[in-house]
Amino acid sequence: MSSEHTAPLLSVRNLVVEFSTRYGPVRAVDDISFDVYPNETVGIVGESGCGKTVTGLTLLQLIPMPPGRIVQGSIKFDGRDLTKLSEKEMQEMRGSDISMIFQEPMTALNPVFSVGNQMIDVLRRHKNLTRRQARELAINMLDTVGIPAPRKRIDEYPHQMSGGMRQRVMIAMALSCGPKLLIADEPTTALDVTTQAQVMEQIVKLQDEFHMSMILVTHDLGVVAESCDRAIVMYCGNIIETAAIDDLFHKPQHPYTRGLLDSIPRIREERVAELPIIRGIVPDLLHLPDGCRFADRCPRATDECRKDKPVVNIDPVTGNGVACYHPMG
Amino acid sequence: MSTLLKVVDLKKYFPVRGGMFHRVVAHVKAVDGVSFELEKGRTLGLVGESGCGKSTLGRAVLRLHEPTSGQIILNGDDLMKLDREALTAHRRQMQIIFQDPYASLSPRRTIAQTIQEPLDVHKIGTPREREKKVEELLDVVGLRKQVLSRYPHEFSGGQRQRIGIARSLALNPNFIVADEPVSALDVSVQSQVLNLIARLQREHGISFLFISHDLAVIQHVSDDVGVMYLGRLVELASAEDLYREPRHPYTKALMSAIPVPDPKKKSKRIILGGDVPSPMDPPPGCPFHTRCPDAMPHCKKAVPPRVNVGTEDRPHFVDCHLFTEEAAT
Repeated sequence: MSSEHTAPLLSVRNLVVEFSTRYGPVRAVDDISFDVYPNETVGIVGESGCGKTVTGLTLLQLIPMPPGRIVQGSIKFDGRDLTKLSEKEMQEMRGSDISMIFQEPMTALNPVFSVGNQMIDVLRRHKNLTRRQARELAINMLDTVGIPAPRKRIDEYPHQMSGGMRQRVMIAMALSCGPKLLIADEPTTALDVTTQAQVMEQIVKLQDEFHMSMILVTHDLGVVAESCDRAIVMYCGNIIETAAIDDLFHKPQHPYTRGLLDSIPRIREERVAELPIIRGIVPDLLHLPDGCRFADRCPRATDECRKDKPVVNIDPVTGNGVACYHPMG
Repeated sequence: MSTLLKVVDLKKYFPVRGGMFHRVVAHVKAVDGVSFELEKGRTLGLVGESGCGKSTLGRAVLRLHEPTSGQIILNGDDLMKLDREALTAHRRQMQIIFQDPYASLSPRRTIAQTIQEPLDVHKIGTPREREKKVEELLDVVGLRKQVLSRYPHEFSGGQRQRIGIARSLALNPNFIVADEPVSALDVSVQSQVLNLIARLQREHGISFLFISHDLAVIQHVSDDVGVMYLGRLVELASAEDLYREPRHPYTKALMSAIPVPDPKKKSKRIILGGDVPSPMDPPPGCPFHTRCPDAMPHCKKAVPPRVNVGTEDRPHFVDCHLFTEEAAT
C-alpha cells in the first residue's frame, strides 16, 4: 500500500515521548517514525507497556502533560506539524480531522448525559448546525453503525446499553464529523468474541464508506491479520518491525515478531504438548539494556546485539523494515 | 477411570432486591441447572462469554458461592451436605487459581507467607517442614528461592500467576478450579503459564476445571470441553470431538468468531445478531433461540433436552432441538 505516488496523510518522525516518574524519566516512545497513507489501515501491535497506546494518544496530544512530554520529533498531518499547534488549534483537529475510539466504552462516554446529547455536542462543536439538524445527523449515524431503533435509543444513557452497543455509539460519535484518520485503541478488547466480530466488521465497512485511514492499536494479532494493510510491531518503546500484512505474518523478520506469532494460542488440528514460548520477561523501561532491547530473550542474539542498538531500515520498494542484526530471512 | 467430581443439576440464583421494603424482586439465574462429571486426572474446560455463569459455576462447585440447589459429589462425598468444619477439611483437596494476579495476592505479605498460608491454616507439618515445602513449590512453578522474602508488587503478571499457582498446590489438592488464569497476561507470557498448567496435569495427576472465554486456550489444556450460554451447558464433549465437529449453533458461532492470525485465511464467519439476553429474565424455551441462526418455532416453547449425538463410550452431548425427534417431525 505504501505508494510512491501519493503523499502520506500522517507522517511521524523521530518521535520521543517521556514521562517523569519518581524513579526518573521513562521513555514510553523512543524515537519512532512511520507513515500512514490515505485509505490505509495500519496496525500497531505489541504487548502491554510497549508504547503502542502512548503512540496513539500522543498523535492527538491526549497524554497528560506533565508528567508526559514530547521530547522531540514531528507529527505531520496533512502537511501541518501537530506538535507545533496550540491547544485551541488542536481542539479543532480532534474529532473533526482525526478521531479516536477507546478501549473502554463505559469510561469514554459521559454517564450523566444521554447518548444523543453527547453526539450533538460533538457535531455542533465542529459543524455549523442547529440542534435539530445535529440530532437528525446523530440518528443517521447511529443507524449507520447498526444500532436498532436509533430514534428511540438516542435518548438513552450509556448504562442502559450493552458493551457492544456502547462501542458502536463511540464509533458513531468518532465518525460523525467525517474524519480523515481514525485512531482505534483496542476497540474490541473489552468485548466478547461474538460481539468483537460484529464491531470489527462494522469498523472495516465504515472505513471503506468514509474513505478514512485508520490506525488500529491492539495486542491481538488475529484482529490485525483480518483488518490491516500494514502493521508496526513495537517492543519497549521502539518499532522493531514494520511490514505489509502478508509479509509480516508469513515472513516475519524480527525474532520477536516470530515468537509473538508462534505463541498466540490458536485452535489447532491437534492438541500440542508444549506451546512455543518467548522465554523471560519484558525488561523494565527504567533499566533498559544498551543494545537491542530484545537481546536477553532472543534465541539469535550475539555480542553485537548487546553492544549497539539496531535501527529500522526501510526498504524503499516494499516499505518493510526490521531493526535486527540477525533477521529471520 | 473413576469419577472425581459429579455435579448434578446445580443452580445458583442471586437475589435482586428492590422496592420499598428491599424485598427480593427477581433472581439472576447465573447457573441454571448444570450437570457434568469429571474423571480423575482429566481436565474439563469451561468456555463461554462474559456473564454466561462460568465463573459462578466454578465458585459454586467449591461452595465459595453457596449453591441454590443441586448436588456436588467430590470423591464420593456430597459437599452440599457438609457443615462448615467438614467443608474446611475437604477444602484441602480442592483449590482455586484466580484470574487477576494483581488482586489475588496480598500486597502486605511476602511470597513465603502467601504460599505458606494454606499449610498454616490446615496445620500441616512443623514450621521447618513448611518452609521446605514452600521452597519445593517455588521450584515446581519455576521461580527462584531468592523471591521468598519479596512482595507481590516486585513481580510481573506472569510471575504473580506462578505464585498463585504455587499457593494452590501447597496442600497437594487433587482438584483445582482455574478461573481465567491467563486472560490478564500478555501472549508471550500466557503460553509460559499454560505450559506450566499442562505439566502439572501430567506430572501431578491433578484434575482441573479450567474456565476461560478463549477457545484456543481451552483446547490446549482440556480433555473435555463444556460450552456455557446464559447459565446452562449447551454442549459437552471430548475436546477432540468438539473442536473437530462442533454441533450446537452457539458453539459454531463462537468458533467462527475467533480472529485467525493469518491474513490469507479469511474465515467464514457466522455473525450473531443482537446481545445476550439478561439472565434476570432469560427467554422461554431454549436460551439461545433469540440469536440462533437455526431457530425453529419449537425452540421458543420448550427447553431442549440433553441429547447424545456421539456414542455410548464417547458421548457428545448437545442441548438443542435440532437433534431431538419431536422437532424433526
